[in-house]
Amino acid sequence: MKIGVFVCHCGENISKTVDCSRVAKACAEIPGVVHTEDYKYMCSDPGQNIIKQAIKEKQLDGVVIGACSPHMHEKTFRKVCNSAGINPYMVEIANLREHCSWIHDDIEAATRKAIDLVHIAIEKVKYNEPLIPIRVPISKKALVIGGGISGIQASLDIANSGFQVILVEKEPSIGGHMSQLSETFPTLDCSQCILTPRMVEVYQHPNIKLMTYSEIESVDGFIGNFKVRIRKKARHVREDLCTGCGDCTQKCPIKKSAVSEFEEGLTTRTAIYVPFPQAVPNIPVIDTEACTYFKTGKCQMCVKVCGRGAIDFKQQDSFVEEEVGAIIVATGYNLYSIDKKPEGSIYKGYGEYGYGKFKDVINGLQFERLASASGPTSGEILRPSDKKQPQKIVFIQCVGSRDESKGISYCSKICCMYTAKHAMLYKHKVPKGEAYVFYMDIRAGGKMYEEFVRRAIEEDGVNYIRGRVSRIYESNGKLIVKGEDTIAGEAVEIDADLVVLATAMIAQENSSSLAQMLGVPYDKHGFMQEAHPKLRPVETSSGGIFLAGACNSPRDIPESVAMASAAAAKALVLFGSDVLEREPVIAKVNESTCAGCFYCQKVCAYNAIERKIIKDRLGNFIKEIAYVNTSLCQGCGTCNATCPSKSVELIGFKDDQIFAEILALAEV
Amino acid sequence: MNLGYYPGCSLTGTAKEYDASLREVLSSFGIQFNEINDWSCCGATSAHATNYLLSIALPARNLLLAKHQGMEEIFAPCAACFNRLISSKHELEINKNIKLKVEDLYTDKFDSSPEVINVVQLFLQHIGLKEISTKKKIDLSNLKIACYYGCLLLRPRQILEFDDNEDPQMMEEIITAAGAKAVKWDFKTECCGASHTIANTEIVENLSRKIIENAAVNKADLIVVACPMCHSNLDMRQKNILKHNPGHKEIPVLYLTQLVGLAIGIDYSKLGLNLHFINPLPLLNSKLKKEVGT
Amino acid sequence: MKGKTFFLNYAYKIFGLFTIKNNNLSSEDKKSFDSVNSAVLRKNTETIDYKKLVTEISGQDPSICYQCGKCSAGCPVRAYTETPPNRIIRYFQLGLYEKALKSETIWLCTGCMTCSSRCPKNFELSKFMDALREIAVKNNYKPKNTNAIKFHQSFLNQVKKYGRTFEFGMIRDYKLLTGKLFQDIDAAPAMFIKGKISIMPHKISDKDIIQKIFKDSSEQKVKAENISE
Repeated sequence: MKIGVFVCHCGENISKTVDCSRVAKACAEIPGVVHTEDYKYMCSDPGQNIIKQAIKEKQLDGVVIGACSPHMHEKTFRKVCNSAGINPYMVEIANLREHCSWIHDDIEAATRKAIDLVHIAIEKVKYNEPLIPIRVPISKKALVIGGGISGIQASLDIANSGFQVILVEKEPSIGGHMSQLSETFPTLDCSQCILTPRMVEVYQHPNIKLMTYSEIESVDGFIGNFKVRIRKKARHVREDLCTGCGDCTQKCPIKKSAVSEFEEGLTTRTAIYVPFPQAVPNIPVIDTEACTYFKTGKCQMCVKVCGRGAIDFKQQDSFVEEEVGAIIVATGYNLYSIDKKPEGSIYKGYGEYGYGKFKDVINGLQFERLASASGPTSGEILRPSDKKQPQKIVFIQCVGSRDESKGISYCSKICCMYTAKHAMLYKHKVPKGEAYVFYMDIRAGGKMYEEFVRRAIEEDGVNYIRGRVSRIYESNGKLIVKGEDTIAGEAVEIDADLVVLATAMIAQENSSSLAQMLGVPYDKHGFMQEAHPKLRPVETSSGGIFLAGACNSPRDIPESVAMASAAAAKALVLFGSDVLEREPVIAKVNESTCAGCFYCQKVCAYNAIERKIIKDRLGNFIKEIAYVNTSLCQGCGTCNATCPSKSVELIGFKDDQIFAEILALAEV
Repeated sequence: MNLGYYPGCSLTGTAKEYDASLREVLSSFGIQFNEINDWSCCGATSAHATNYLLSIALPARNLLLAKHQGMEEIFAPCAACFNRLISSKHELEINKNIKLKVEDLYTDKFDSSPEVINVVQLFLQHIGLKEISTKKKIDLSNLKIACYYGCLLLRPRQILEFDDNEDPQMMEEIITAAGAKAVKWDFKTECCGASHTIANTEIVENLSRKIIENAAVNKADLIVVACPMCHSNLDMRQKNILKHNPGHKEIPVLYLTQLVGLAIGIDYSKLGLNLHFINPLPLLNSKLKKEVGT
Repeated sequence: MKGKTFFLNYAYKIFGLFTIKNNNLSSEDKKSFDSVNSAVLRKNTETIDYKKLVTEISGQDPSICYQCGKCSAGCPVRAYTETPPNRIIRYFQLGLYEKALKSETIWLCTGCMTCSSRCPKNFELSKFMDALREIAVKNNYKPKNTNAIKFHQSFLNQVKKYGRTFEFGMIRDYKLLTGKLFQDIDAAPAMFIKGKISIMPHKISDKDIIQKIFKDSSEQKVKAENISE
């Protein structure tokens, strides 16, 4: 074999601690090496040309590169060799940066180690075989989990490109939190007015299969080939028969005992209900815990009034299996509550603000519902306790956010903007009312955002007080708010009628179990982790699974929409080819020596080991052996380590390659 | 178990009715304990306010004494003493430098020390709500009580995690078990002014007045405390408050031990109810279905 | 015009754009300019690193405070001082140590720990205040109203002598130190009748160890193990 050795300086990253030319020279002595060279930036165009030239001139059939981690440039160097005419898997990388120059100070010792590392790679490459990438067909269908604005945007983008989309939403209607808002910043557009056309578009789109009141049950497979099991929860209303006339919801006798989730607990709803008038689909759902029939077997008022016989008490949850190529997670956010938290929770409640016991201390979404024309007070700002109009409202920013003592160190990004919006909405509706905002900083970095906040202060007369509130307590029907203005250095005490807390944005409930199902990493708060914070913000480390919106981290609507379109684009990139090329570095079973013990199958985390029957020429059974599914195997090597008879090998890391490396080290 | 008693300086002097009522109640419930022999001052506020080493070393002496006298757990009825003993214990566990210094001072090892509890915990853990409820003789249901915790029973919350530091309920549980009614009020954990009672009396008057006023607004007849400093500020200084605020509504202040002692039928003089500055006897006589005393 | 000149001069000095001849300033401007200037300059010529010292004693690092003001908002004695608690930390962040050490605020602090229990950054301001008081006493920084210091001295004097508080002795010493001979004189008879004050102190037997503790702690500068856990 004729091997070429190329040692990269990586600027100064490697050459500062490792004498690269000495490494190259030392390797020239090793049998099999016919060319050695060192250069400042091997990955650059001229660097790559050096390799190509050497391959052509010296007819190299093996290449060893001493450079940075293979994670960085293995693909680059494989491509170079491929274009120079040798199989890309005849290349080995010795990591002289992360494994050598970046972790040592002693130049002499580091250089000797670098020589060893390159030597090992040389001995290994002598046993390399040419490999061909595995080609896997792709399912050109996308699954979008979550029907809020992010999920809706992603679904529309993919569907409009001509591909099928399955949109799964756990609530009875799509729309998410955006459908609960009254107006959006910075334009003060009516939220539902701009959202509902999109919702209807999704509902009517021929390429979108909308599954509401459904949840993901399990996910198997891998990029291009996911097998998803979806649970359609029982609505107890037949979607094919219901016309959305609303007679059942009108006549349902349960009016006071079920708390409305859409109205954030400010009012009640019926047992058979549609969450809001513009719900898509406009088909009711029965809350079996509130419904009299499900508790006692009596009532059935809805059955009596339904002209289409659409009520079906016997309906069960059903399951749907789908094969998709890409998954977009758009599950959105939840709001931190100031209630007392149970033992072991990573968050603490706000005892100093009453642990949620004061009726007139509400959060941002509740204020949105009060301000909403379709809300429980028809758009009038009224106190939840006595339905009187508040003359003094105190808004408090950073409740939970930026508060390590409560367990949340991050900033929730949207609160400064929506608090300004809330204060402005209040002042527009109650011009003589007094609005106070307690803030620590104002984060208004978007387009027209800063001007929006200044408008609240300069045009609408909202009083901004820089400082936190230490305590809120009730006295004579008023809420006493004790704060401080740190700029003037004055204590501030306000007797407010209503207090609105800008509570932190936290991850959706059960986001960690969904992440585990998908195999996507998540942080301690439950936010799903992107592949790289700077350069890969919509991908995850699991191929084929993308993120959109607040499930990844707190963000506002324009960013969520942009991210959703970006995730859709990533899915479309995937759908752009007919096949997916997979790395051929996977396991392979030696059919002659395999005894069929299937220990490998037990340890495989990807369910990639299958069983295969070996027959003789006459069709008689000889033995049943293990067989690696080349589409599923990830090349982790666990089976290789487990097999008692050494029948499973990891191509690219075979025993003879590993032993060559060990022996090379032992020589020195 | 060998239960140790750390009275603290105020219980032998200005708060002697606290000590008397405590001994009466514990004896009625059959709780055995031993006063720590030759105990010394914990340093209270003055030590930790002016000298870190002093503030750890003074309480540490008592912990060592208790350990050597075979006590596994000690109770300190004064909230300040309780706070200093437990804070000192905590610092000695997390701060190696101070531990070495203190061990050097006492030429003794400080690897383990008795657990430290306060009077509220003593009642809950050693007597129990059920016992109190069963043993009660006098009907206290007409008494509306504001339970005042003050600062040092509950803070710093990281070390003293026995009750919620914004909305504690344990004293309420005890007085409810004793048959009285607990009122909801907003100044449970607000500072009374503490050691400023001598050096800056007006501050104590103002802060204590706000506390008593809030109790009155919430219809409390009595305030119950578990700390001699709080008691002194709310009781003795209430006289000053009355002098400077003619419209002020007087509210007597009782120790938790006195309240429980009343419930189980111990005589008022043994509980020291006649030693307060704001006399509680007229109120008690009128509210309870029994003549308590004069 | 006066204020504007003053501000401009201050700004130019800080940003070093160009110097302005002091001739243009009125004598009042010069005085205020000098005092501000010297406050900033003093930071560079400070001989004792108080920031390091306070961090060592209290285990708290003042740089974690983001000046939200929640401590000041909940402080029970905040109304009695011009310098709210959060500003004390700010002085330390800016290196204006003397302003913090001479302030009334640190001696008004009751040690109620409301600030520490609510601080969003888990900064233990009460421990920080304790350390500031210790540094103030040991480096002879005194506020205008020294009642609190005298009270603590009177209290600790008794503990040093007898091992336990001797209330009568404490009040006697306090009155002598402050000259407030008639303070609380009306409460005295009641206290004696109720038996709450004794004329004789109770002495513990092991007085030597107490003396030793007091001696060591007045000389020692102690290191704190952990900073902002």
